[in-house]
Amino acid sequence: MTTSDVTIHEAGTPADRPLLEIRDLAISFTTGSGEVQAVRNAHLTIMPGETVAIVGESGSGKSTTALAAIGLLPGNGRVAGGQILLDGEDISHASEKRMIELRGNIIGMVPQDPMSNLNPVWKIGDQVKETLKANGRPSGPDDVAKVLAQAGLPDAARRAKQYPHEFSGGMRQRALIAIGLSCQPRLLIADEPTSALDVTVQRQILDHLEKMTSELGTSVLLITHDLGLAAERADKVVVMYRGNVVEAGPSLELLQNPQHPYTQRLVASAPSLASRRIQVAKELGVATNDLLVPGDGGAAKPAMTEDVLQIQNLSKVFKLRAGFGKSTDFTAVDDVSFNVKRGTTTAIVGESGSGKSTVAQMVLNLLEPTSGKIIFDGVDTSVLKPKEIFAFRRRVQPIFQDPYGSLDPMYNIYRTIEEPLRVHKIGDKASREKKVRELLDQVSLPQSTMQRYPNELSGGQRQRVAIARALALDPEVIICDEAVSALDVLVQAQVLNLLAELQSRLGLTYLFITHDLAVVRQIADHVCVMEKGKLVETGSTDEVFEAPQRDYTKALLNAIPGARLMLPPEVA
Amino acid sequence: MIQFILRRLLQVIPVFLGTTLLVYFMVFALPGDPIRALFGDRPPSEAVIAQLRQQYNLDEPFWVQYGLFLKNLFTFNLGVDFTGQPIADTLARVFPVTAMLAIEALVIQGVFGIAFGLVAGLRKGGIFDSSVLVLSLVVIAVPTFVLGFALQLLIGVQLGWAKPTVGSNVTWGSLILPAVVLGMVSFAYVLRLTRASVIENMNADYVRTATAKGLARRQVVTTHVLRNSLIPVITYLGASLGALMGGAIVTEAIFNVPGVGQKLYQAILRSEGPTVVAIVSVLVLVFVLANLLVDLLYAWLDPRIRYEN
Repeated sequence: MTTSDVTIHEAGTPADRPLLEIRDLAISFTTGSGEVQAVRNAHLTIMPGETVAIVGESGSGKSTTALAAIGLLPGNGRVAGGQILLDGEDISHASEKRMIELRGNIIGMVPQDPMSNLNPVWKIGDQVKETLKANGRPSGPDDVAKVLAQAGLPDAARRAKQYPHEFSGGMRQRALIAIGLSCQPRLLIADEPTSALDVTVQRQILDHLEKMTSELGTSVLLITHDLGLAAERADKVVVMYRGNVVEAGPSLELLQNPQHPYTQRLVASAPSLASRRIQVAKELGVATNDLLVPGDGGAAKPAMTEDVLQIQNLSKVFKLRAGFGKSTDFTAVDDVSFNVKRGTTTAIVGESGSGKSTVAQMVLNLLEPTSGKIIFDGVDTSVLKPKEIFAFRRRVQPIFQDPYGSLDPMYNIYRTIEEPLRVHKIGDKASREKKVRELLDQVSLPQSTMQRYPNELSGGQRQRVAIARALALDPEVIICDEAVSALDVLVQAQVLNLLAELQSRLGLTYLFITHDLAVVRQIADHVCVMEKGKLVETGSTDEVFEAPQRDYTKALLNAIPGARLMLPPEVA
Repeated sequence: MIQFILRRLLQVIPVFLGTTLLVYFMVFALPGDPIRALFGDRPPSEAVIAQLRQQYNLDEPFWVQYGLFLKNLFTFNLGVDFTGQPIADTLARVFPVTAMLAIEALVIQGVFGIAFGLVAGLRKGGIFDSSVLVLSLVVIAVPTFVLGFALQLLIGVQLGWAKPTVGSNVTWGSLILPAVVLGMVSFAYVLRLTRASVIENMNADYVRTATAKGLARRQVVTTHVLRNSLIPVITYLGASLGALMGGAIVTEAIFNVPGVGQKLYQAILRSEGPTVVAIVSVLVLVFVLANLLVDLLYAWLDPRIRYEN
């Protein structure tokens, strides 16, 4: 087959003919218990030069649909029905030979996780080079450097000689974009291209991707779980839910006037679109303003004037090994001071490496500060004796990011939640069981959950278990370290609502560590912005969001996907 | 890198001293009198025995014997064995034979193990995969000497495809059958390790990305799957060299190969301390150097591993 057959009707595509059209697509997977339908009746049309986003939660079939379009369904998956028309040619059952011709040349892909998608044993340049070579393009060192430079990689000729582990996440993603676009494909499949990156990096990368694809006239199929991001970047949005396309249409129209109940829920809970703090009272259907106005709350609510936590000039210096007994100092947290008022939520935001989690670990007394004080309820926690630390742990509890990793897989849920009570010798067996039942009620899990194990629960359910465990000792302060980052948007919204509700009912104080400003907007009263170990800005959430003082904060805010989209107030 | 190699070579010294001391002590502690054993049923006069004992320093205490051995070693004088032959000559005669045998076995287990493992891994669950898995399990389960005698009988005697024994005229061809037997067990492990590694890497994200680039399957497998899969296999091959050396004793006995294994076996039976220790010392050196080579190969295969500092 000659190369002219490979490039499909280059000039012949009329502008009104779709580049990619998916019709009635059904995809099924063979599992131990028979066939499972992952995608049913999917429809989707991409015109030349257009960007279309598929939005949905994990398991919605959005990635599966995209992978089918490039013939990369995992081993036991197959197209069970329907058509995938690429410029009029049905490729749903195309030969492997044909797919090899199309991949790279006509259909490019930018995968999700930059950490695992580059082969660790080959130089970046080699991985670009083989792409050019496989698709019959010039592949000399200059061509490789050019491709990498176009993807925004500085000093590309030298960088091409480095290995993936010498690159940061953002740089790896640029290399992957370079690979995906190196042969100027007509369609680019971008599968959550930035979900593993910090927001500011995410923005740069997406801007660059947008610029490149519009220059090349490439159509983009963008897969994302983030409705805000989809609406901001795509001309059209397709919403998938449990393998079905439930709604599709021009981005803004769909966002402003969602028809399907699922889309409505998605719009309502998309963190990047919500503009106000969660009003718990409204959710519960009782009197409003219960949460935000001091002194208006129920009996459990203490005054919000007292500082329960005072962080004073806190610093943490790590010694990094530099070989042969030498070490260099790395200041992870640099002279940080702030106060947390009882019954409120303070959020610490920043990118990875900003030191926010280190602060949380020091507040939890899991890590010793290099200098500075943490005063909890009037007592300096650094001078506590072991017994006092034990008592302190009762009052300050953590909820961690990864609900898969923070629950012991060998403990059933009852044992998990009961453990802190047992350790602290609270009550007898019967009273502890009663308490566990109450806690499960509080986090809206059925009591039958007690006998189940973590691997039988969903991510959201596990995080509820983690919350119940944190609440078991009736703590005053809860440190949430990225507690909702691993969850899908809808589940995230539910957990945030639960946290807000528990706060108003129990008078809890939250210290919320997150990289996600959109989440901050929904839950926090006060915000501390950290950059490279330093506290660069503090203030009430409204102040920081409406009038950010520092460029860094502005950059973070601008980077929230969909932040600039206007939405009718009743939706937000 | 140079620093790393130098440091590793320096580590050879304590390893060498430790192993020779241990082996020397074990030979020393063997019950029975080696000189009397030499003469069997017709013992010579006490004067002859005493003279022989003195000649081989057998009447000295352990530490003196060991010290004399070390002194001789560093002056490149390995001494003579009980039959009066210089030990150095013996080593020069037997080591090339065993080296040939070990290289053949290593090539057989490496090349065939990796090739079979790769094919089995790529066709996971297929007929080839299933039969190879069962066969490799059989090979692992059956002891080497059983396998050795069985193959000797079948291929050497009944089918006549190869000489059943090697004898004094050693050629590469005559060593194939013993090498197959020697490499068999490691072959099964290499195969299984490669297979598991290939299956794991076939599911790696970067393999999918490589396919998405438009690479043909053969390219994906050779550049992305194979190299990554070899990393654990190479480590195992290095360690298996020890097993090859040990296995050589049995295999050389079965096929009458005049190599290190046979010589070592005879020397142990005769409680010939110097010969045993000399052979073991060279084996230790080979083993340590082979593992150094594996470490360097490992760093070449996986750039994330660097030995600076």
